[in-house]
Amino acid sequence: MRWGLWKLGQSIPRRLAHGNNKAVACRYFASDAELKKTVLYDFHVANGGKMVPFAGWSMPIQYKDSIMDSTLNCRENGSLFDVSHMCGLSLKGKDSVPFLEKLVIADVAGLAPGTGSLTVFTNEKGGAIDDSVITKVKDDHIYLVVNAGCRDKDLAHIEEHMKAFKAKGGDVSWHIHDERSLLALQGPLAAPVLQHLTKEDLSKMYFGEFRVLDINGVQCFLTRTGYTGEDGFEISIPSESAVDLAKAILEKSEGKIRLTGLGARDSLRLEAGLCLYGNDLEQHITPIEAGLTWAIGKRRRAEGGFLGADVILKQLEEGPKIRRVGFFSSGPPPRSHSEIQDEGGNNIGEVSSGGFSPCLKKNIAIGYVKSGLHKAGTKVKIIIRGKSNEGVVTKMPFVPTKYYKPS
Amino acid sequence: MACRQLWASRAASYLRISVFHRGFSNVIKDFKYVDSHEWVKVDGNYATIGITDHAQDHLGDVVYVELPEVGAAVTQGGSFGAVESVKATSDINSPISGKVVEVNEALNSSPALVNSSPYKDGWIIKVEINDSGELNNLMDSEQYSKFCEEEDSKH
Repeated sequence: MRWGLWKLGQSIPRRLAHGNNKAVACRYFASDAELKKTVLYDFHVANGGKMVPFAGWSMPIQYKDSIMDSTLNCRENGSLFDVSHMCGLSLKGKDSVPFLEKLVIADVAGLAPGTGSLTVFTNEKGGAIDDSVITKVKDDHIYLVVNAGCRDKDLAHIEEHMKAFKAKGGDVSWHIHDERSLLALQGPLAAPVLQHLTKEDLSKMYFGEFRVLDINGVQCFLTRTGYTGEDGFEISIPSESAVDLAKAILEKSEGKIRLTGLGARDSLRLEAGLCLYGNDLEQHITPIEAGLTWAIGKRRRAEGGFLGADVILKQLEEGPKIRRVGFFSSGPPPRSHSEIQDEGGNNIGEVSSGGFSPCLKKNIAIGYVKSGLHKAGTKVKIIIRGKSNEGVVTKMPFVPTKYYKPS
Repeated sequence: MACRQLWASRAASYLRISVFHRGFSNVIKDFKYVDSHEWVKVDGNYATIGITDHAQDHLGDVVYVELPEVGAAVTQGGSFGAVESVKATSDINSPISGKVVEVNEALNSSPALVNSSPYKDGWIIKVEINDSGELNNLMDSEQYSKFCEEEDSKH
């Protein structure tokens, strides 16, 4: 759901209160009236949340803390995010694993119960429909979360294939967890604080693992994961208990874990080198091009069996034509669609997302360049408002990740 | 799994939306203002220009200021540079027409001066004024404060 105006906005700097923006502001106002609200909406507003339209929802982009400070605090202490706008669902049935394996690149059968992985839903051409974290609860139960902006197309896609699958006798059904809310608790204090609220020993739960357990007296789905590069959790909780849990977490951390908005969340995932669907991943970009080859299980590289497998396996064999890489640069922060040139002034690609890194205090960006020009250390020019700025290709993550893994 | 949407273009406008506000933005009585949130301080045939406290408050942490060249012409209402925050890019428009005679080089290494001192150390350009009559089109501090209140209350 991207309007033409955003396309325009990508190449023309936005003006503060310029006449044209008044018309745009009116549209936002109209959108505001129709936006969905999470159950934490009033809690956000009461805590100084700046609410903005996001994927059809009214979501906090920031609170009293600046985006810079929120980003730094997440890495130093911790952050609590409302990500209830994202869509959680369960697939159940004896054949839920083979069903899902038709749609995603992950080796779902190979997941141990209680573990999960990042995966990609593909289309017939091998492009990314969405990325998702999937978790095998049991052999006949998969829990997954898809992105807010992709919800409608994802659900339509799954439903279409489920109908065909069931028509052939497959045993699979689904439940969309709209009665639940999702909180993301991220950062070094996430585990110590959450431990105060549950009896289960969280030190025995590792990155990517899933548990159903009581937190603050309420049964929750807990996944040790996040999209910040930090250790942390995503907590799916019945919506009626979500505000109480948010308050309990903030209380237990004595103010060190701060409510954090989508603005900082985007800075954090960018610093971690993670893809933003709609920027770094789209329908025409394959997981290979996006550097997500690691997410295709070994068995699946041999067998295929997912949509677009022929394209993807061919790219695995021959190498893709473009590759996602990271950049450092000087001058203005790069933004989506900034052109990338080689040192001779030839176009070699485009920035997909970028900005200023609060942790590194320098510009960082993710983009796609022609294969062969993707090695770390390759010098490039990034064109911003018609001017050429020095850049260099770099490995990602920009800021080291701190996932909790067995040592 | 991330916040999906384009940030740069959207955030620029969204960050103008205010729910939490520090109560009021600072204004300087003798300065003139425009509705795109720049200020101008006149000194004879010369004027100093920057963005207002209200603007920097909405932008958040400024990480880069794109400055024009000395000698460049600026026109009333026209863009002469840009200010970049963590999430957004915004044009800087000139309140008056003239020729740039000085730019604040300190902003190259310390763009945060725009946040910490928008009316003094965070000034952006100085211009030689073409037509002082243009100053009559601008808002005084009282008018500008009222304009900001009205703008904020709409969001």
